[in-house]
Amino acid sequence: MPNELIVSAPLRHSRESGNPAADRPKRRLWTPAFAAVTITFLIGLASLFLSPIAAADTIYVSNEKDNTITVVDGAKLEPVKTIPVGQRPRGILLSKDAKSLYICASDSDHIEVLDLASDKIVRTLPSGTDPEFFALDPSGKLLYVANEDDNLVTIVDLTRGAVLTEIPVGVEPEGMGVSPDGKFLVNTSETTNMAHVIDTAERKVVANILVDSRPRRAEWTADGAQFWVSAEVGGTVSVIDVKKRQIVKRITFAVPGVPTEAIQPVGIAITKDRKLAFVALGPANRVAVIDAQSYEVLRYLLVGQRVWSLAFSPDQSRLYTTNGVSNDISVIDVGAQKVVKSIPVGQSPWGVVSRP
Amino acid sequence: MITGNRRFSFSLLLGVLIAAIVAPVNDLRAGGQTIEIGWLSQAIKRILPLTYLDQPPDDEGLQGARLGIADNNTTGQFTGQSFELVESIASEGGDVAGAFRNLAAKGVRLVVTDLDAPKLLSIAALPGAAHLTIFDSGAADDRLRDMDCRANILHLLPSQAMLADALVQYLVVKRWPNILLVVGHSDGDREFAADVRHAALKFQAHIAEEKPWTFIPGARRTDTGHFAIQAEVARFTQGISYDVLVVADEEDEFGDDLSYRTFDPRPVAGTQGLVPSAWARPHEQWGATQLQDRFLRRAKRWMNDRDYAAWMAVRAIGEAASHTQSTDPAIISAFIRSDRFELAAYKGARLSFRPWDGQLRQPVLLADSRSLVSVSPQPGFLHQFSELDTLGIDKPETKCRMN
Repeated sequence: MPNELIVSAPLRHSRESGNPAADRPKRRLWTPAFAAVTITFLIGLASLFLSPIAAADTIYVSNEKDNTITVVDGAKLEPVKTIPVGQRPRGILLSKDAKSLYICASDSDHIEVLDLASDKIVRTLPSGTDPEFFALDPSGKLLYVANEDDNLVTIVDLTRGAVLTEIPVGVEPEGMGVSPDGKFLVNTSETTNMAHVIDTAERKVVANILVDSRPRRAEWTADGAQFWVSAEVGGTVSVIDVKKRQIVKRITFAVPGVPTEAIQPVGIAITKDRKLAFVALGPANRVAVIDAQSYEVLRYLLVGQRVWSLAFSPDQSRLYTTNGVSNDISVIDVGAQKVVKSIPVGQSPWGVVSRP
Repeated sequence: MITGNRRFSFSLLLGVLIAAIVAPVNDLRAGGQTIEIGWLSQAIKRILPLTYLDQPPDDEGLQGARLGIADNNTTGQFTGQSFELVESIASEGGDVAGAFRNLAAKGVRLVVTDLDAPKLLSIAALPGAAHLTIFDSGAADDRLRDMDCRANILHLLPSQAMLADALVQYLVVKRWPNILLVVGHSDGDREFAADVRHAALKFQAHIAEEKPWTFIPGARRTDTGHFAIQAEVARFTQGISYDVLVVADEEDEFGDDLSYRTFDPRPVAGTQGLVPSAWARPHEQWGATQLQDRFLRRAKRWMNDRDYAAWMAVRAIGEAASHTQSTDPAIISAFIRSDRFELAAYKGARLSFRPWDGQLRQPVLLADSRSLVSVSPQPGFLHQFSELDTLGIDKPETKCRMN
């Protein structure tokens, strides 16, 4: 794998940067100055692509049916530990200081706080009933929780460990995404088929955008200009312009040999530079790679069965996918746009995060 | 959330709870648009099933429609639309046409019905019904989608033919193609048997033998009554070479007495055993758990397929209203029939209506009382346009002429 990366990565880089030097015969260019630049460049590339091995991350996966969290060593890409947690763990999030993991224990009707030094549940937080998915305020002080059974978004004060308020939304609230500046929260409701934009200061719904059937996730771009909403049954991803509060693009998918009904977009991951986006297509067992500028689907990567949630490694060199039916996670090399490994975890893996 | 006087009637209908949690803020709100949906059904004498474990509820269908209204209204708070169910229930042997005219007189143009086929056809033929859309959520008869189809009726339940196709596809995938078909005495039983024969022909299964069930056990609930049934079923199934017994017993008179009593060890499927249906208690995939939970909390009983059909009918209207931003029944109906319409209904597929017969295309569940076994269409059964159209009467074979 490292060989392949070193060979393919500079080529890709030269194409993308349009650097003509890389295409010319080496003889003419091999001056000491250029050598220094090249070596620096190669070291830079190596550190970019090999950094997960140099400074490994730790991957946490929630297993919905097992009531456990699987811990995966990012260097060896092997499961190292299984931690028992509350009933039906689904959404998981790292705390801002990366010292704890918040876990939606859906059937326990609360959120658990897993201390990542001791791997023990040290605290439970109120969440309203059936918490499925949540988002963390950029300050790290507030949690926004979707209560699927109650048509509510619950705001939890993490310092006090108490519910601040509840905001009524559509039927079966699910996706949650906070804007990078923390000013807006987007919640999707699966049966109402809307993205609700909530002003976090006023704690009120300020806009509703009708999207396709069964919207699942809302993912903001790092520049805060857009959020993307996946529609599981509609089979699309809507790109919504924040200023216009309108859909500017509806991305559709077609995988040869896969019935259109099986294409069910769920998890979304967008690189910080907004060059690439990845969309998990559920029972199509593929992750779509999208040019996040032109919205063109570049390719489909075959992963495990019923691919659900996506998470980047901290340096965004890798993408992890939970595969709910094949009970594993797939590791995607973001630079090479290739699946490099699958790692067995618990039963019905749902959420995934990566910790530096 | 909903302005004007209607707020009060709406709150009464739904309970104070929903009104209380709703914030009075929204930018899409157009204010006070109400869509009235009619509910038309008739009380009927219920045939008690063989088992006393599952007694038929007396609010079948209606509870699904009410839940659909509640779901629509949660969405409606963001679109400025509210939905009201106008219930009109004829008594047993009472005047269904009169109940229907009551709805029409109130200006209701979208009506969800839970009626048998003859009553449904008589209502659809009434002078006031021509410009209405009737959402049939109670009759699975094939003829309503075939030679007796009507332009003003949409069908929410899968037809008998769709159910038979769903089951036979699974038997073929299991390589259990040889069917012993056991048929009860009712017209519905004979229709389902014909559908199973047709499905066998279509998917290359084989009817090893077809036998009518005529035995009427006099005293099955008396002590030791099980001996007689066991002996009868063993005799009935002896000397036949088959893989699976498919039973047609809609009224649940004997079908539950077949399993574990056949001469050879063979599974039972059909109206009992492994049952193809629109909805089933063990179904919990594609978010179905949430619908099951919502229904249980409201109705204090499990959702059945007629509740589910009525829920889908009301949700279809809600979807169309929110997408068209209209309360006009004509616009709503046209949108529901268009190719832009899609309904998410907890079966992992986009559901839509077949333009040639008004049938909702949908996956069919295969379940016994405790577990979901499979969902048809089975992988590998291909279709030119939609794999969902491998179930039921397809466009080239329909005898339906809407005009």
